[in-house]
Amino acid sequence: MLRYLLGKLAVLVPTFFGITVVAFGFVRVLPGDPIMLMAGERGLTPERHAQLMAQYGFDRPLWQQYLSYLGDLLRGDLGTSLVTHRPVTEDFLTFFPATMELGLCAMALAICIGLPLGVLAAVKRGSWFEQISMSAALVGYSMPIFWWGLLMIILFSGTLGWTPVSGRISLMYYFPQVTGFMLIDSLISGQAGAFRSAVQHLILPSVVLATIPTAVIARQSRSAMLEVLSEDFVRTARAKGLGPALVVGRHALRNALIPVVTVIGLQVGSLMAGAILTETIFSWPGIGKWIVDSISKRDYPVVQGGLLVIAVVVMIVNLIVDLLYAVINPRIRHG
Amino acid sequence: MADPVTLATDAPDTGTARAALAGFWSDFRRNRGAVIGLAVIGLLVLVALFAPLLAPHDPTQQYRDALLLPPVWETGGRGAYLLGTDALGRDILSRLIFGARYSLLIGLMVVTIALTGGIAIGLVSGYFGGWIDTLIMRVMDVILAFPSLLLALVLVAILGPGLTNAMIAIALVLQPHFARLARASVMSEKTREYVVAARIAGASPLRLMVWTILPNCLAPLIVQGTLSFSTAILDAAALGFLGLGAQPPTPEWGTMLADAREFILRAWWVVTFPGLAILITVLAINLCGDGLRDALDPRLKRS
Repeated sequence: MLRYLLGKLAVLVPTFFGITVVAFGFVRVLPGDPIMLMAGERGLTPERHAQLMAQYGFDRPLWQQYLSYLGDLLRGDLGTSLVTHRPVTEDFLTFFPATMELGLCAMALAICIGLPLGVLAAVKRGSWFEQISMSAALVGYSMPIFWWGLLMIILFSGTLGWTPVSGRISLMYYFPQVTGFMLIDSLISGQAGAFRSAVQHLILPSVVLATIPTAVIARQSRSAMLEVLSEDFVRTARAKGLGPALVVGRHALRNALIPVVTVIGLQVGSLMAGAILTETIFSWPGIGKWIVDSISKRDYPVVQGGLLVIAVVVMIVNLIVDLLYAVINPRIRHG
Repeated sequence: MADPVTLATDAPDTGTARAALAGFWSDFRRNRGAVIGLAVIGLLVLVALFAPLLAPHDPTQQYRDALLLPPVWETGGRGAYLLGTDALGRDILSRLIFGARYSLLIGLMVVTIALTGGIAIGLVSGYFGGWIDTLIMRVMDVILAFPSLLLALVLVAILGPGLTNAMIAIALVLQPHFARLARASVMSEKTREYVVAARIAGASPLRLMVWTILPNCLAPLIVQGTLSFSTAILDAAALGFLGLGAQPPTPEWGTMLADAREFILRAWWVVTFPGLAILITVLAINLCGDGLRDALDPRLKRS
């Protein structure tokens, strides 16, 4: 197990440095120098320009700048936003819980719907249930979710008036942030209706963000299940006289889960991409919207920092998934 | 007389190529969804080719007397504007018809760039191995470490918004998938006897890579290409939606959705139709891709 972990880390470390190079290079390849970008339309006198270049260290050789960038990173310093003048790290920590809450809900939805759907489709092979669920999965897989979100708003917020259009909670509630998760904080606050409001705000964005992962998980668990069901040990279990629920639930599912876990892990990256769109549509104050807004405001330190942090978060989650994978699949661990 | 290299290279294929194609077609035809998908794609290509003949109006012409008209079957709709008009009085049907050109062009360009680049990189990486391979694959890992849409967004922010830059960015982001596939196939093929035979016959590395090995690695690459076609269209539409892809007044479907956002609660049709067009196109391509995969390479499972 330790050797497996070390092997994984040996690949991750160069990838991490690659990510820092990309994030570091991003601001440098933009047309114009960084100081001019910061100054924006206001313009600068040549003296002030030179002074700022020296102050930020942009006049030093590139490799020195990169090293000091790495040094700052190690101290958790991602630079300062040009718009809010707050440290990027601080802004990130403000917005991250919202994305985390949305992402976790979407993932939970996707697993709770996708997995049973795929397993049932495999068990009931050739039935109308398989036809319908797999067609639906293909439609979900092909869905432009930014459009899907808009349709949901038209239907549930516009026509039916069931859910609010944007934000995380109604403005009439105010309570201190304890966990940063609106669902939990609203419960802790004890205010009547606050939790309900938080749920109402969360439900549409979660459904929209869960659409593609649900479809992917359903498709993958169906094909994994089909493969396992045709194997000898399943036939043996059946021959022993075990009931279908036991064969599927105990013997087959456990083995079918292995590829499904990988796919679930792979969804974390696409979940981040989905969050960019979903948060933009629902004005959800998470890191996806934060990055998109920063790009349009040309707030480059934020884009740079966000790019790095998101890539690192995805990388860490993938590592955790890899380890989980090794835990449930001994062949990998010892291979 | 054929020289020995050609013989060694082509011998396994030439005689059976037609039979293989026929076998592929009969496999593909059995998949009803795939045939429907192919038909829809064919239709879309025709619509894109003959857009100026099919569209009832100029896609950028603004009719000042017909702002936000609903589709013809709703009260207030007019026969001249079958699917209604947008906030600037442009005919939505005509814009959708011209939009098909952009979406198909985007898919084609992105896949061509990503496929060519990915194959070249993957061939070199897999054929030479060693530190070249390690270096190239680490770079691919870094690209893959970023969520694709995020990286495309940032690349477009660097290059500047616009359709061409969006296509370049998406191609760059998709390219590692092709490189990895090509590399894996090359590595499994290059120790095969026919490759060794060709090498002994004196074929140069370039000839070995392109003419001997590559044709035998194409099946998974074709499937991946089809699937990337739909990803490219979706991502380009997403970039357009975020205001970083095609710029108004281009009748690109994602950009049309971006324009329509502020009217969603007043005029459902400006939102519904462009998105439906994207969904149908992507769905058709994915149906086709599924069929291709099953027919060409049953081992390559898609999640």
